[in-house]
Amino acid sequence: MREDFIRTTTALLDDDPRTAVVLADISAERFAPAAERHPDRVVNVGIREQLMVGVAGGLALTGLRPYVHSYATFLIDRAYEQIKLDLDHQRAGAVLVSVGASYDASEEGRTHQSPGDVSLIDTLDSTWTVHVPGHSDEVPDLLRAAAGHDDPVYVRLSARSNSVAHPDADRLSVLRRGDKGSVVAVGPMLDRVLAATDGLDVTVAYTHTPRPFDAAGLRVIVGDNAITGDGATTGNNVVLVEPYLAGTSARFVTDALSDVPHRLLSLGVGRTDLRRYGSPDDHERWHGLDPATLREKIGTFIDR
Amino acid sequence: MTALRRVTGDVKHAPAALSTLDVLWVLYDRILRVDPTRPDAPERDRFLLSKGHGPAAYYAVLATKGFFPADWLDDLAGPASRLGHHPDRTLVPGTEISSGSLGHGLGLSVGTALGLRAQGLTSPHVYVLVGDAELDEGSNHEAVAYAGATGLDNLTAIVIDNRSATHGWPGGIASRFAVNGWTTADVDGRDHDAIATGLRQRIPHRPHVVVARVEPKFEGA
Repeated sequence: MREDFIRTTTALLDDDPRTAVVLADISAERFAPAAERHPDRVVNVGIREQLMVGVAGGLALTGLRPYVHSYATFLIDRAYEQIKLDLDHQRAGAVLVSVGASYDASEEGRTHQSPGDVSLIDTLDSTWTVHVPGHSDEVPDLLRAAAGHDDPVYVRLSARSNSVAHPDADRLSVLRRGDKGSVVAVGPMLDRVLAATDGLDVTVAYTHTPRPFDAAGLRVIVGDNAITGDGATTGNNVVLVEPYLAGTSARFVTDALSDVPHRLLSLGVGRTDLRRYGSPDDHERWHGLDPATLREKIGTFIDR
Repeated sequence: MTALRRVTGDVKHAPAALSTLDVLWVLYDRILRVDPTRPDAPERDRFLLSKGHGPAAYYAVLATKGFFPADWLDDLAGPASRLGHHPDRTLVPGTEISSGSLGHGLGLSVGTALGLRAQGLTSPHVYVLVGDAELDEGSNHEAVAYAGATGLDNLTAIVIDNRSATHGWPGGIASRFAVNGWTTADVDGRDHDAIATGLRQRIPHRPHVVVARVEPKFEGA
């Protein structure tokens, strides 16, 4: 996905004079050819993440469209107040593009991991769009679309991937139908969810764009399954599976189904600092997001 | 000062407002190329009040220069007021940034200067006003170092030095900028001619800082 970001954004720099890229050393070498062609629009501030976002705010105030890039933990966690004040409060739109996600950098430890990034974005004005692509082929269209307006966008790239791209899944896209519940998979969690629910009588829906949350789509899916009424119907079971903090989208589900009796199971990355290294697969398993554990949790929930 | 006296109710920030008044007046009266009838003109100079504390002086100068009606000054931070204890750019005409939390304006000003340059707008100049205590925020030093390293000569910072930084600035504030390649001017923050002279100094390929000294905790007349 990172390569798709570099390739697509480089093309935008060539084609769209509004596009700018702001870096804090991360990926700077990969943007070197673009920087040679567009030295005024490829800005590497060095390892200064607060400045990186502040500069993006200033660029946006002059009418440019900055793409701001680093590891999620440096871009979102570290520079959160700059995102809140230099972008959001100024009404200065930028496209924030992160790598690293929750545990791509499993061997680097907690300092390089950001399971809480989408939660932080959720504290901001509700106009933010959040993309969490599950396949590299979903990335270019999302980045190109962000060039066409001035609203704030966060694109959360990951080394984790699904086997098949679903570029059109900006809203909930139903990939499998069942009667005992609805499982919403976000981004790279889809393949794990499909494996986990193989043979289970549940609907599986996917999106690479959890914000704005597709409330209308969820209501249709749940309505298809469940049925109005007393709330005892099993189809009112909803399971969220997200590649960041568990429960991040829970309030959006609650709001969407505020007049529909339902049960909700929120699965995602735990809040515990594991203080362990290992591989991303290891972390996925330790957070209970491997197919076997997901199957156990989802199966228990819908049969309860 | 007459306009400033209309702005009441922000006692906590009164010294801050009084310390910036002369510099703000010189900026808007002699330096900035801005037009209250076209506050968004692309070719305008940009002034960013980073030190959003005590904006009463800022509001008084903007009103006097015609950016909004003077009677707005009579209702500071009221329920229907556009003027708060920290300015909001979406509410106050002529205000480039919303500020209040310290340490944000220098970064935004660097981005603004880069953005103007990237679009071939060579005429507008970017001015940003910070306080000496505000410089305690580490984010400022990211901006100072980068602007100096890249020779951002369409940027001028003004530091209002009322000696309110808790631990002071051994060696002087100007030296902190100079070591990063900025040109510097040290002026009496009440001397309008000296302020204007300091603000007009420019050397190609180097950002500029004007340190304007004012009396600590000046309460004014």
